[in-house]
Parts: sequence; structure tokens; C-alpha cells
Amino acid sequence: MPRDTSIKSVLIIGSGPIVIGQACEFDYSGSQAARSLREEGIKVILINSNPATIMTDPMMADRVYLLPLTVESIEQILQENDIDAVLPTMGGQTALNLAKDVDELGIWKQYNVRLIGVDIKAIDKAEDRELFRQWMLQLGVPVAQARTANSLLEGKEFAQEIGLPIVIRPSYTLGGSGGGFVMHKEELEAALDHGLKSSPIHEVLVEKAVLGWKEFELELLRDNRDNVAIICSVENFDPMGIHTGDSITVAPAMTLSDTAMQLMRNTAIMMMRDLGNFAGGCNVQFALNPETEEIIAIEINPRVSRSSALASKATGYPIAKIAAKLAIGYSLDELENQITKTTSAYFEPALDYVIVKMPRWNFDKFKGADDTLGLQMKSVGEVMAIGRTFPEALQKACQSLENNAIGLSSVSSAKLRVEELLEYIKRPTWDRIFKIKDAISAGISIKTIREVTHIDRWFLYQIQDIVKLENKIKEYAHLENLPDDVLREAKIMGFSDEQIAQLVKDCTAEEVYEHRKKLNIKRVYKMVDTCSAEFEAKTPYFYSTFESSAISPESRGELVFNESKVSDKKKVIVLGSGPNRIGQGIEFDYCCTHGLLAAKECGYEAIMVNCNPETVSTDFDIADKLYFEPVYWEHLWEIIEHEQPYGVIVQLGGQTALKMAQWLHEKGIKIIGSSYDSMDIAEDRGRFSDLLKEMGIPYPNYGTAYDSDEALEVAKEVGYPVLVRPSYVLGGQRMRIVINDEELEKGVLSLLKHLPGNKILIDHFLDRCQEAEVDAICDGEEVHIMGIMEHIEPAGIHSGDSHAVLPSFNLGQLEVDEMVDYAKKIALRLNVKGLINIQFAIKDGKVYVIEANPRASRTTPFIAKAYGVPYLNIATKVMLGEKKLKDFDIVKKLEGYAVKEPVFSFNKFPKVNKELGPEMKSTGEAIRFIKDLRDPWFRTLYKERSMHLSK
Amino acid sequence: MPTQTESAPAYLLLEDGTYLKGKSFGAKGTTGGEICFNTGMTGYQEVFTDPSYYGQVLIMNSVYIGNYGVKNEDTESDSVKIRGLICKNISERYSRMIADDSLQDYLVKNNLVAIHDIDTRALVQHIRSKGAMNCVISTEKHEIEALREELKQVPDMAGLELSSFVSTKEPYYFGDKNAAIRIAVLDYGVKRHILQSMADRGAYLKVYPSRTSYTELAEFEPHGIFISNGPGDPASMDYAVATVKQALEQEKPLFGICLGHQILARANDIPTFKMHHGHRGLNHPVKNLQTGRSEITTQNHGFGVDPESARNSDKVEVTHLNLNDGSIEGIRVKGKPAFSVQYHPESTPGPHDSRYLFDDFISMIKERL
Repeated sequence: MPRDTSIKSVLIIGSGPIVIGQACEFDYSGSQAARSLREEGIKVILINSNPATIMTDPMMADRVYLLPLTVESIEQILQENDIDAVLPTMGGQTALNLAKDVDELGIWKQYNVRLIGVDIKAIDKAEDRELFRQWMLQLGVPVAQARTANSLLEGKEFAQEIGLPIVIRPSYTLGGSGGGFVMHKEELEAALDHGLKSSPIHEVLVEKAVLGWKEFELELLRDNRDNVAIICSVENFDPMGIHTGDSITVAPAMTLSDTAMQLMRNTAIMMMRDLGNFAGGCNVQFALNPETEEIIAIEINPRVSRSSALASKATGYPIAKIAAKLAIGYSLDELENQITKTTSAYFEPALDYVIVKMPRWNFDKFKGADDTLGLQMKSVGEVMAIGRTFPEALQKACQSLENNAIGLSSVSSAKLRVEELLEYIKRPTWDRIFKIKDAISAGISIKTIREVTHIDRWFLYQIQDIVKLENKIKEYAHLENLPDDVLREAKIMGFSDEQIAQLVKDCTAEEVYEHRKKLNIKRVYKMVDTCSAEFEAKTPYFYSTFESSAISPESRGELVFNESKVSDKKKVIVLGSGPNRIGQGIEFDYCCTHGLLAAKECGYEAIMVNCNPETVSTDFDIADKLYFEPVYWEHLWEIIEHEQPYGVIVQLGGQTALKMAQWLHEKGIKIIGSSYDSMDIAEDRGRFSDLLKEMGIPYPNYGTAYDSDEALEVAKEVGYPVLVRPSYVLGGQRMRIVINDEELEKGVLSLLKHLPGNKILIDHFLDRCQEAEVDAICDGEEVHIMGIMEHIEPAGIHSGDSHAVLPSFNLGQLEVDEMVDYAKKIALRLNVKGLINIQFAIKDGKVYVIEANPRASRTTPFIAKAYGVPYLNIATKVMLGEKKLKDFDIVKKLEGYAVKEPVFSFNKFPKVNKELGPEMKSTGEAIRFIKDLRDPWFRTLYKERSMHLSK
Repeated sequence: MPTQTESAPAYLLLEDGTYLKGKSFGAKGTTGGEICFNTGMTGYQEVFTDPSYYGQVLIMNSVYIGNYGVKNEDTESDSVKIRGLICKNISERYSRMIADDSLQDYLVKNNLVAIHDIDTRALVQHIRSKGAMNCVISTEKHEIEALREELKQVPDMAGLELSSFVSTKEPYYFGDKNAAIRIAVLDYGVKRHILQSMADRGAYLKVYPSRTSYTELAEFEPHGIFISNGPGDPASMDYAVATVKQALEQEKPLFGICLGHQILARANDIPTFKMHHGHRGLNHPVKNLQTGRSEITTQNHGFGVDPESARNSDKVEVTHLNLNDGSIEGIRVKGKPAFSVQYHPESTPGPHDSRYLFDDFISMIKERL
């Protein structure tokens, strides 16, 4: 069926601010959908309140509404535009729920808008736990024994009937919010109460727990002709009971026989076909009993999801793009494979590599949170790694996490005894996989580990292979003694040079690298092509691996091992920001995407390096070339050696990318824009303060210390209250404000315990001062102030957690002028080429500089959106030296004010102290435009500004 | 258990001089055949025992083989039929509670020489561009010259008749003998699940050796005739074409799969040809031109039906097309109860989308009872 030509304009609903369970994967799918529809000549209108998204960029849609995701906003949009259809399947649960609300009020009907992709009945069937269960029983699909309860009493009765252990699943919630296991009678009442309260309709499903079963997911596409294709099978490393967002997952499924696979496929297809009106991407989850291979259906999500974003990156198949085409009437067989361009979109991708996804948690930000993993998602981001062996993919994933892991090696120095290890791995936690490896090293049997963790033996065997090889490498005390084939095998198994160096003990990672390079043990790059090399593909999407055939001196013939051909174009590498986490998220994906596009506009071959599957910047057709690799020096360096780029852009990928600057500098690789030295000055508190002093710019008194004695000394000098923090950290990690010696000592001790040897910074804290920040672009000669954002809450709350107003609303002209003046002076003095963000404190009319970051900041996308200026495009061209600021005619368009609202995910951590402080805790943000300061929403917010301190 | 570096070496030589060192798996020895690749991610045991692979050395594109061991039921014939196996990684230790054995022991029992730790992706790309060719794997010889000598012993696939080697020697029965429908099966290397698919639908089968005349088939008084899949070049099988022609003349309901499809085409004067590198996998999209619906199919063929002749034929109608390359996937003989498909609707391994074809065959027979 060709596309429905009656659809001329489509409204896409975004997913709003980033919260745990709903992150930038929906920016990825929304952007793809918007591009896919516009390709067809359809007008796209988009609503999302999240300013850090690419989807809300003017280039993505014909009209963008940065409005709260409410029925009122939808009505406003429908009044102002002639919209034929709404596509609610791209914005996660939020968009589906909103579409449903609007439908219930009859608004779609009133404006003659069709729901495409899915109908309300299908949403209800899938989302309402009881309807889903009834539907499955009708279809003859097995499900876990369960009953729906709307009250505590009902819940208790059912629990008694079914028998413990049970699972409580609230209806209509996000990321499993409010759900959990009940193993003991004492926990039942509290768990039921929590579940009921989490559900917007006060409903929970009380379900028999299938502990120890394996969990699988299928990602599917269905068109309105009932064609269904399985795009990807995903196996959870962790057994049933851990939210898939918190599970390590593997693709393709590793331990499924064809009979079990086809049983799942048939069941999923039957469910899809019976779902009702649906055309697009869908996800079905199953549990499998390993003893009998019977399966039960867990859930179905009739929309694109975190899993489909992962599946897209894992297979190369752009699910959201095709899903959008299916929603407007195309059938699968009419579309072409976007990757090969010669074969059909209607096929099932075949993978010739292993994908490992690992979640990234931020429990350090939520003190007191229960870090046991369960039905409710707690991770804030994820990484994906691609390898040609499972150990390689697994270790690459570890290297991508940025928690100091250099592979599957212990991240903490604390050594546990055997009994402790065995006890530790019983409870699923963020570092369980590292402890499982320790347990195997300690000699605990696979059988025992399997019994206590329920993790499939196949995965445990793989970890055991890593341990065996590790032991073997350890036998050779010197690098020179290490046999070549052992070194080869270590690389094939994903060991980093650093891991090998630590195992042989007598050398550095650099020496391992040089040694193996001499032996020709180098990475080759393979393509992600959807079809296991069966057809020639055009997509420039690569990952690294080691192949014996490629590195063995004995190979003969004309095989091409390295598929990444280097062009003779001038190239620039853009470094991404790794996994999302608090303090470093979607904003940097926005920056990288624009950086790539701007570099392309300037005629460069733009190369992206990142490992975050939720991002737009790693989409298959954004960069000229994509290396889906850890942002980890060893990997980056081999890419640089292969590609020989003109330079590397580190300014757009947050602190992660910036951390690579020192290595690049040492290797003599050109850093695009601001030099390593200017970054170092800004990062190094001592050098920066000296500079400010010299320029006559005020800053809070400060000092540095390495131990508590020194710290007490410094505190006396600068005067209490003081702000204590480690150097080189992200989002105010471990930062605290203390008011006396006793608190200070406690703070210093805890800091040194977690970051031994770190230099501690102690600043005088300007109590009750006002905070503001400036983002600017500098081309070395001229400085353009992008915007001044004034924080509503007084100092003491991390800038990422405070409401901020653009432009400043309360500060005096003199103060504003002074900030502008300081910003310009600092930018020029640091010889910034590109972006800089400077934080100020204002007290008693005096302006102090708190810190400067010569890179894209969290607020850069916000300012670009609020003013409607393509600032990232401008900044990239400036840092590349292709343009000067004077070449641009910058016109800021903003009536009134734009307010940045932080958004938190505290509901995932009921016991956590919600008090805000110098350490950032928000997971996302929204933008709100107000005409003037009389706006009632703003007045309330302003009146309550000080209350946020203890909220 | 030895770690990978300790396992014995094995060597691979291709006709064009490509030479790679890998590691031995399965039986020790030397083997050779035509190299081909399969992109399926599940069902390795079903593939290895599929008689259509007779004479071929198979590359598995999927990076892991052996993860879930082997199970006696998951076979398509009584033994491993591939000549050799080339893999990236082989799991020596498997995980499947209901499995019967490890792949390693199974391959040793079946005397299959296999090699792993090979850059299978680079090799597949090479075959994709250079086309199918012969190869040898050896754990005994590693000098290129010695291997080249071995390679000379491997026959050229074009023009090769192989069905006689895998077909049953004596006729046998399959299914419930009281069933209402009788089907005569021409066994050119039939997969067990094809027989099962017909038996499950209420048919009693008699399976005949490849060189069986129509007269002999007729003695069973079959309601329908099934032309099976199998290895080798259909152009070398005039004996089969003759039998099928006679069946067509008698207006017997006929259904052909894979090689059977090619033979039905040849019986209607449509030539077949050796493909550049064939279709082998579980993800090939096929459009059913009669219903407009598409299906994901299991495929395993190195020869194909000439598209031009099929389209222009006045004897047959093209019913199914491959969505990737437009190749002929199904035909129906005009005015006769006979049809065939190039792919494998029994789909072991693979998606079950096409199993309706067995229903169609049974209905076609029932209409004529």
C-alpha cells in the first residue's frame, strides 16, 4: 500500500525532560521520525518541552513548539496549525499518555486529527496490566499467574491466593516505577501501598514471580498489511526480575536454540497481529524457563522504546525511520534497506558480531538510595559495545562506562573474601558483574555462581575464559616474555593495553601498545551492515576488533580485513560524551550533532566517536563516518592513527571528551579551537586564580590541600563557610559546603577515601549571594556573549539544579556589564577559540568569578533554542577557524524570558534525601517561556526560591 | 579444558590461493568442498544435517556456534551432511538444559573437520565478490603446495549430480498409514521436517530413491507427489526431470521445494543456472504475488531458475519473488495442479511464515480426492 496522500501535516509528540526510564533515546527516535516524514514532503510540527533535544531544533521540523506536554499545549497547536494526523509512538510513555488524555477529551476528533501508528484501544490493551493479561489468555499465550488489585485488601487477598514470591506491577507507569518483588510476608503491605500510589489509576498487578527464568526481548516492525519482521533479538544477561533498562543485555540472543527462537517469534507475531490497529515499531518481552523451554509473555510496548533505539544501533536498521513511514501507510516490502540501498527494508537483520549493552548508574548522587536492582529502573544512561567475541564486547563496554574500569577488572580496590563475594553476588547491584569475575578468580565454581545469580552458564563460561587468560598472562612477569599468540588472544578477548600492563606488571599501557604495534597486532574496523556481509553496504558505521587472520603473519591472499577505507579528504574527529549521567547528558549529543553538521558544511569529513546508543550524533547518517567505540584513549588513538585527521574537537563532548585533551596534546594531535593549555588553565584552580588575580578580577578566596591538616589551615585563611570539592570532577561530584572544622575534616576524609591522592579545593562560600552564568563564543579576537542566565535560587545549589532565567531579570545593569566585561577579558586572555561558559557569584554588588569552562556547557543548547540562533553551528565554524564572528549576523529572537526548569527523578529513590546542594541531582530540564515577570507561574517560583534548598 | 591458544592449528586454502591459519575443532583430518556461507543466527545443527549441503564447506557468518549444544531431535537427517565447517568462534562449553551433547563431541562423532578463529566476515566478503569456489581444510597438512594437491581432488560443483549420494537407498514409509492422503516423495536429499510437515497435515508418505520412475511411484497410488530439496546441479538430473514430466502429464498434484522447484522448472523447459554465491540464511524476504503479503524465508540454494525464461514462459506463472534481488522464488504450472518454491517452507531452522504452503498442497490434493 503506498503512502496515504491525505496526510499532509503530522504532529510528533516528544517525551519531555529526561528522567530515569525515559531519556534521550526518544530524541533519537523523534528526530529520525521527523526526518523520515519530511523526506516524504510531509509538514512536521513538533512539541517537546526539553530544550536540550535535537528534535526541537529548527532544522528538524517545520514548526517546533517548546511547550509543556499538556492538553492545553496540544489544543494551542491544533488551533494554530492545520494538522492531519498525530504520531504518538515516538515520545515514549509520556507521548502515549498525553495522546490518550487528549483523545478522552474528544479533542483529536474536534480538530479532525487522526491518530497514526497506533490506536487508543491498542495502547490500552498493551499498557493496562489486566487487559493485557486477559488478552493473552484469550490468545492462548501463557502468562504468569496474576490478579489485578485496586486496593490494599484486594492485593493482600490475591497475594495469599497466589503465594509468595510475587511481583507487584503498577499500571501505566514509566520504567517500572513503583514495582517490586515481595519475597517475605512482612514486606507485602508496604510494597502494595507503594505500587498502588505509583499508579495513576491506583491499580497494580499482583503476579507470581518467575525467579530464575531467562529474559528475552524481540524488536519488531509491523505494517498495516500485517507484514511483521523481527529486527533484533536481545537476551538479558541478568535473569528475570531486573528491569531490562538495568540489565546488561546482549544481541543477538546467545543461548537460544532455533526452536525456542521460533516459538518466541511466532508468539510475538501473533500478539502483534492481534493488537489492533498498529503500524510501526514494537517491543515484546518474554521469560523462558531454562528447564523446559516454555515461555511466558511479559509485556508488549506498541511504540518505539529504549530497546528499539538500542536495536537500531545494534543492527544498523533505523527502526524509528521505517516506523514513521509505516505509520503513513507504506508497507515494509515497498521500502528499501536504508543501509544497503539495494535490498528490501522487509527482512530480518543478521548480525556477525556481538553487542553488549551495559547500564550506567549514578547511585553516588542519591545517598541512601537502595542500590539493589529490581523491577524499577535506576540507571541514568547506557553504553553499547560491539565486538567479534563476547569477551571483547563485554570488556569494551566496561571501558566505555567511565567509572575507571579498564576492562572487566575490579573497579574498587576493596578485596572481598570468598564468603563475602558469594554473599555479595546474591544481590543484583551495579558492580555485580565485576564481583562475579572476582568470585571466579577466587575459585568459586560456575555451578555455585549460577545457583545464586541465575545467570546463564554460557555467560559465566565467557567470564571464566577472561579469568583464565588473565591468569595465563600473569605467569609472564615481563612484557618481553609474553608469547605473541597470548598477546594476540588477549586483544581478541578485549583486554585493554592497560589491563595487560597491570597483569605483567613491568610496563605501561603505552609500552604494550608500541610492542603490539611492532608485532602488527592492530585493530581492524568492521562495518555494521544489517546483513552479515551478504550484500554490499554503503553505510559508514564501524567498530573495531582484532582478527587472528588479519594479524597472523601466515595469512596469504587478497582478503580485506579492514573495511574502513581512509579517504584523502581533510578530516575532523568529534568526540562524544560517553554514557548519559547526571551532569552530562543529552545536551552534549545536541552539541556533537551540530558540530558534525557544521564541520560537513565546511567541507570536512566529519568523524564521530562515541559509545552511547541513545544519541542522535551516532545515527547512521549524521556523521560522514561513525566509529561506535569507547571514548577511551587506546581506542581513540588507534582511530587517529588510522584516519590521520586534521584535528579533534573536544569542546562538544563534555568533560569526557575534554579529558582526552591532555593525551592528544602530548601526542601532538591538533585540538580544534582552544588549546590544551587554555583548558588546563581553566581546570587548574591554582593557575586560573593566578590569572584572575593578575587581571584584577575578583574570585572567592580559595586554597588547595592534600590532607585534613592542610585543609583546616586553608579553611582558616579563606574563612567559613567553605566549599570543599575534589579537582577535575563532573557535576559537582562529592562537593559539599561546611561551616566548621569538624565538618570539614569529615568531608575531607570521605573525599580522600573515595578519591585517594586527589587535590582538594577549598573555596570561601559566598553565602546568600546571587548566581549567574554566561555562555560565550570567542574567535580569538572578538567575543560574542550568547546569553546571561540568572539563577533563581541563591548560591549553594548546583547550577544544573537551579531554575535559571534568560536573560537576567533581577541583576543591576552595572553587575551585568561587569560580568560581560569579565567574560570577554577571560575568553580573550585564555585565547578561547570556540565556546566558553563562566559562572559568577554576585554579593553586595560585587561580581566574583567562580569558574570557567572552555567548552560547550549544559546551557549552550538552551540558549540556542531560546534565542533561535544556531550557536553550535557558529561555534564549530569558529573553532575550526573557517569563520570569524564578524562573518555572522546574529539576531536574538526572544520576547520576554526563557526559564530553565530542572527535573528530578527522586520518585525512583523513595528513601533518598531530596535536599538540594552543591552536588547536582537533576536528570533533565524543561524550558518555559514567559512574557514578563508578572507571569503567575514565575511569581510562585520566585517567592519559593529559598524553599528549594530544603525541598 | 585447554584455552584457545593451546588448541591445535588447522589450515584453510581456497582455490584462488587465499590461505588462513585457524584452530582445529571437531574431527582431525583433511576435507574439501565448495565454500559457501549461511547468515542464520540460530539452528546450526539443523543446517549441518541438511542434505542439501552435501559437498559443501560452510562458513557460518554468525560469530558463535555451539552455544546451546546439540539435541537429537534438532536434526534434518541421520548425520552431518556438510563437508567442512568454518567459524569465527566455537563454544566448547554449551548451555542448554535439555541438550544431549556438545557440538564438539557431535562433530567428532560425525567425523567433521572444522576450523575456527577465522575472520569469517572478510572471507564472506571475498566469496561475495569472487563467487563460490572450492576449498580445503586440514589439520594434518599446512604447506600450501600439499593443500593445493588436496584441492585438486575436490570436484567442480557445476554439472555435479549429488542427489544419488544422499537419497534413500530403499523406499520407506513415513506417517500414519491410515491417513486419508497418500503422497509419494521423490527423495533427492529430503529434510526430515519436510516429511514431518506433510505427515502432520494428515498425509501418509512413501519416500522413494532419487532414480525412481513414475511407473514405480504410481504403484503406491499416490494422491500427490512431492519433489524434494537436495544438493548438486539440477542440470545433471534428467532422470528426475523425466519423472516429473510424466507426473505432470498425469495431472497429479505436485509440490516442489528448492531443488524440486528447479526440477519442476526444467520439466517446463525453463533452464536453471549456477548462482554467483547463492542464498543461504533465515532472513530472505519473499513476496507472494497472489496474496500481496510478504514472508521471511529460510533459503539454501546455489542454483537458481532463469528469471527471463520463467517470466516469458507460457507454461508457468511466477508466484513468488525475492524482494532483495528479484529472483524467482515460486512458480505455478498453468492449468495443472503443480507448484514449487525455491525456499524452504518447513523452515527448520528459520521463521515459520511460509508453512501455509504445505496447507496449500494438502488442500490441492483434497480438492481432487
